[in-house]
Formats: sequence, structure tokens, C-alpha cells
Amino acid sequence: MNQPIKAKHQRLVLVLVALAALIGAGLLAAWALRSQASFFYLPAEMAAQPPEVGRAVRLGGMVELGSIQREADGVTIRFVITDGKARVPVRFTGIVPDLFKENSGAVAEGKRGPDGVFVADNLLAKHDEKYVPREMKDMTAGQARQAVEETK
Amino acid sequence: MIATLGLAALWLAAALAMLQLVGGALALRANGNPLVAALRPVAMIQGMLASLAMLCLIVLFCQTDLSVALVATNSHSAKPLLYKFAGSWGNHEGSMLLWVAVMAAAGGVVAWVERRLPERTILATLGAQAFVSLGFYAFLLFASNPFTRLDPAAPEGQGLNPLLQDPGLAFHPPTLYIGYVGLSVAFSFAVGALLTREVSPTFARAMRPWVLGAWIFLTLGILFGSYWAYYELGWGGWWFWDPVENASLMPWLAATALLHSVSVLAARNALRAWTVMLGVVAFSMSMVGTFLVRSGILVSVHAFAVDPTRGQFILALLAINIGAALAVFGLRAASVTEGERFALTSREGALVFNNVMLTGALGIVLIGTLYPLIAETVGARVSVGPPYFNPATAIFVLPMLVVMAFGPLLRWRRDSMKRISPLLLVPATLALCGLAFGIWRGIGVLPLLGLALACGLVVASVMPLWGRKLRTVKLPLWGMVTAHLGVALALGGMASDSAFTKEKLVAARPGETIVVGPWSLQFAKVQPIAGPNWTAIEATLEAGYDGGKPITLKPQARAFWSPPQGTNESALATRWNGQLYAVLGEQAEDGRWQLRLWWKPFITLIWLGGMLVALGGLLALFGRVASDLRRLIAVDKIAYRRRRQGP
Repeated sequence: MNQPIKAKHQRLVLVLVALAALIGAGLLAAWALRSQASFFYLPAEMAAQPPEVGRAVRLGGMVELGSIQREADGVTIRFVITDGKARVPVRFTGIVPDLFKENSGAVAEGKRGPDGVFVADNLLAKHDEKYVPREMKDMTAGQARQAVEETK
Repeated sequence: MIATLGLAALWLAAALAMLQLVGGALALRANGNPLVAALRPVAMIQGMLASLAMLCLIVLFCQTDLSVALVATNSHSAKPLLYKFAGSWGNHEGSMLLWVAVMAAAGGVVAWVERRLPERTILATLGAQAFVSLGFYAFLLFASNPFTRLDPAAPEGQGLNPLLQDPGLAFHPPTLYIGYVGLSVAFSFAVGALLTREVSPTFARAMRPWVLGAWIFLTLGILFGSYWAYYELGWGGWWFWDPVENASLMPWLAATALLHSVSVLAARNALRAWTVMLGVVAFSMSMVGTFLVRSGILVSVHAFAVDPTRGQFILALLAINIGAALAVFGLRAASVTEGERFALTSREGALVFNNVMLTGALGIVLIGTLYPLIAETVGARVSVGPPYFNPATAIFVLPMLVVMAFGPLLRWRRDSMKRISPLLLVPATLALCGLAFGIWRGIGVLPLLGLALACGLVVASVMPLWGRKLRTVKLPLWGMVTAHLGVALALGGMASDSAFTKEKLVAARPGETIVVGPWSLQFAKVQPIAGPNWTAIEATLEAGYDGGKPITLKPQARAFWSPPQGTNESALATRWNGQLYAVLGEQAEDGRWQLRLWWKPFITLIWLGGMLVALGGLLALFGRVASDLRRLIAVDKIAYRRRRQGP
């Protein structure tokens, strides 16, 4: 391939190379997304169809009133995320976000442990007073109020 | 008064943009139309008027004029002046006005200085620029007017999100926007050249400074943004593959590809249709980015000033602009003649590889970012994070970096690997040393490959200077070497951060000592302090590196009172070989304080390398613009002499 290729062929070759790379990227993306995208669960969904243990998922709902407990190490908390239909116990080690509190929406990123406790690597709470995680929006109006009512 | 002036300037600018579009279209048909002759001044005045509107908004924010709705909802009279000033673009309307102002000003500069290309091409370019601007003017004037008045005026403003009250806000959004919008000029040049069938090396040379400029600003914007998120969010990470981050990365990837292909077109008159296509893609990515950020359609940790209802408007603009550009491309691509040929092993060949790999990486990021939207249409709610993005982009980026090591050593047109292989001996040896070191330390696959590549690239990137007299080396070559060296350093920083970071999360009482990596921290005390619009709890940590003289770190947990919200202010200690990062959490019932500490060896290389990349761009830009200017002056002189000699 050390001779310059004929002009017509060269353009064709370049187009084919570009196409091959793009299709390759698309296929790779599709394949990787199947295994790596992390699904969002509401507690009821997690109770009905629990994700396999160890798979990275997100769990969103209301932090149940009176459920936050601190462990002796001072940096681990346990709480319950609920949507009014089901309750999922969660354990989180780390510094909680400022707006994380009971009776307020939160999204936990992590994995379901073998004992059924959801081990969160990261907690997302409301970012500011105006902002609600989009996944929480659907519930804040109806479900959330209901959830709060039921936990009172 | 000022609000009225701003609104009037905005309307006038929009009207002029309309005129500019009509004039640009006429220029394609016939010459000698008076409107066509007036096109350049129209574009310049439009630029000035749009900048005036932005200036008016800034003045309104600095004065905290509460009769303006936007100021009342986003500012507060007790806020420090810097944040009043920067707050003018820390919201939806203001940021869109900034977008339009930068775009119009850029169009004005093109009209003012660009004289190399055939006049018709320039006029068509200005017309295309006006076409894109008009959509945004309509958006501003009809759907998000920044100058809407409140009657009666609000008694006090609602304040700005405390996370945004940081010097980062003054730099990050404007730099990123200038980058986004600079690509609109490249887009307009591409469309103008297609419409007038003038895809040539001259076109590439005219477009190159804009691509370079936009790319420098994008690089800086991403750097600021990443460092800002790193110390402000208090999570110890510098890149989260968040949709908003990807929104800035995608135009950067496209612009990087464009930057390299435009060089091939300018120097060798090859890759003609491809370069034009990339010009369209790069700006499309800017618009996709703006859409993702502004619409709040995706869940983001950096989601501020979002308004979903307005997303549809940007989506419509996006569809119209990209659709129109692709239609023009489809109609005219066949008329773009074949460029010069080259062999596979040549500078062009290496640059084609770079382009293809960058485009592949762009595809990976784009698909991953949009996947949650696609999944939502079938009712699944998913998020895509590092487990997808890291390996999938690495598959494209790592081979590209391997080629980056030797590509610049190849000659144009045709070369052989045999000729350059002796030069690669040292880089290859270093890469193997890095590999061996990584395996010995037992680090993960991606950091390992990154580390090995970074070791090799540090030397390989400066090899193009080998055997040259340094005094005679031209600025653009210095620029390339600097930028590639920056990539090597940044890659090393990333690999080191993910492989060697030490983390500690503890609950401690004042008086205790905490050890993390080579650091020993004495937890001295916790005390309350107050700032202009916040109060805070501040911890004092005396951090000693390897038993050396202690440095004082003061992480804070701040509480703002307007709007009421808390932030964790991290504290950083920077040494030549890394950073210590401390965050103060809350107090447990038994009186202990939560502290999270990271020792991140060589993480600063990420931003240092990034700055070198931007500096490299700047050197290249200076070199190009200086030689353009010299030529322009020489041409002017000849014309002047001819005029003096008379006919």
C-alpha cells in the first residue's frame, strides 16, 4: 500500500473506513449499553422484580420518616426508601448531600446486596430548593404526598 | 431605561440579521444589488447591537434592577459584585443572550477582516450565519426575553444558587459559549463554501483560525468546568460522564477532528468533503449540547437554570439548522471534487486515522448520552455512567494516541515506517517501563494502558523537534508539540488518579490524627465562621506530608441564607506530586465529625496538561494569524504602490 491509491478508489476507501468505524462504534455502544446501563427502580419495582445481586442500578423514592440510623463508625447510615407501596432498606457509607433528609426525595446509586439491603455508593438528593431530580418529578406530586401520608 | 435600550438593541439586531439573510441569499443569485454591497456593514452593526444588549443585561445585574424579572428571580442585592456580574449569564435567558451576542459579534468580525475568499463565498457565509442567528433571536424575543419587566418591582431578589457562587461562574460559561459559538462560524464557512462550490485550501485557511479559536475556548471551558466540579461538588472526582459534561465534550471531539482535517485541506488539498462535513457536525454538536443543558431533559448533577418547555424550541432550531445544512451538503457534496491522493503510511493517513477514531469516540459518547432518552420511549428509565463510557471510549482513544506518537513524524503524501522507527526507540522503551511499573503495582487495565502510553507519549510528542534548529521552528509546530505533550501529561494524570488515589472516610474528634497515604493530618478544631451571605462550620486540619512542615487545611460546611441551602467547601493542598483533598461532613450524635480525605498523586497533571493543550492551540493560532497578517499587509502595500503610480 505504499503507492498512492487511484483517486476514485481512495475516496471510496476513505468512505468505507469511516463507515466501518462508525458502525463499529454503534455496535460497540449497543453491546456495552446492554450490560452497563444502570436501570432506575422505584421501591415497588425493586420488590416485584429485584435486579440481580451486584448489578449497578439506581433506586429512587422518599426517605421514610424516622428511618435514618447511624452506625457506630460515624460515617455509615441506614435508612429506608419508600414509594408508599414497598420499602427498601439502604446502607450508605460517606458524606450525605446537604439536602438529603427524611420525608424528602433521594436517588441512591449502588447495588443490591445478597441480604436484600441496597448498598449505595452515591446519594443524589435535591440539588437546590428549585431543582428536583427528574426521576423524582413524576412522584413528587401524587405518590410523594401519598407516601408521606402513609408513613405518618 | 437600560432594559428598554437592551430590548430595542436586540430587536434591531434581529431585524438586521433578517436583512443579512436576505442579502446573503441575493448574493448567490446576482451581483450589484445594493443590499449585497451593504452586507458587511450590516453584519458588523448587528454584532455591535447584540453585544450592546448583553452589556445592558450585565449593567442591570450589577445595579440589581429589581424591576427586571430576570434580575429579581436570579440575583440579590447582598450578593458580592462578582456574582452579580457573572449571575447575568448564570440563568437561562442570560445565557441564551450571551450565546446570541457572541455569535453576532463573531459574524461581525468575519465581515470585518476576512478578505481572502471570493466575495460571494463570504457573503454566503454571512447569510448562513444570519440564518442560524435568526432562530436564536426568535427564541430570545418570543420565548425567553431576558428584559421582561416586573410591575411593581420586586422588593428583593431571590438570589443565586450557592453552588454557582464561585469565581468559576465568571469564567466557565462564557469560555464554553465562545467555543460553542465559534464553531458556528466554522459551520457558516462550510455552508458558504458548499453553496458557492469553493471548497479549497484557501477556504481551509480562512476557516482554520476560527476552528482553532473555538477549540481553544472549548478546551479552556471544559478545563475550568472540570476543576470547578472537582472542588465544588466535594466528591473528589473530576469527570462524571454526566450529560452536561458530555454536552461540552462532544463539540470538543468534533472540533478536534475538524482542526486536524482542516490542516490536511489547507496543506495538501485533501479530505475536502470530509472537512466540510465535520464543520457541520461540530456545530451540530454544539447545538445538541445546548439543547441537553438548557432543556434539562436528562438527569444531571450540574442541572441549573433548566426549563423543559423551552427544550422543544431548541430542538426545533436544532432540527432546522442541521436539516438545512445536511440538505445543502447532500445536494452539493457530489460537486466537491476529489482531493489530492496519498498513501496509507503518510501524514494524511495518520490524520485520517485520528479523524476516524475521534468520530468513533464521538459516536460512543453521543449514543451513551442519548440512550436514556431512547430507553424512556420504551418505558425504561436508565442512566449510563463510567462503566460504559470509560472502556467504550478507550477502545477508540487509546489506538488514536498510539498513532499520535508517530503520526507527526511521518511525511506528507508518502512515507515508510522504516524511516521513522529509529526515532521511536526511546518512546517505546519508556512505554514498556511504564507498563512494567504498572503491572508491578497491580493496577487496573485502563489505568495501566493509560500510564504506559503517557510515558511513551511524553517523549514521542516532542520528537518532531528532533534534528531541527529550534530557532527556525515555526510557531504552529511548537503549538502542535505543546498540545500533544499536554495530552500525554493529562493522560498520565488521569491514569495516576484512577490507579494510585488513597481515600479515607472517618468520624473523628478534634485532637485526633488521621493518616491517608503519605499524609498525617492533625484534626485541630472546629469553629463557626461567617461570610457575606453565608455562615459556616470550619474545620482546621494540620496536614504534614511524610513528616514535613504541616500545611493548614480548612474545609467548610456552608449554609447560605438566600436561597437557604448548604454546600460543602472542600479544602485542597497542592504539592508538586499531587493534591490532598479534604471535605467536612456533618456531626454525628456522639460529637464526632465526618471527614473525607483523598490523596491524589499527580492529579494536577490533568489540568496542567489541559492548559498545555490550550496553550499549544494558542501558539498555533498566533503563528497562523501572524503569517496571514503579514501576507495581508504585503498585498495592501502592493495595491497601494500601484495606486500611487497611477494608471
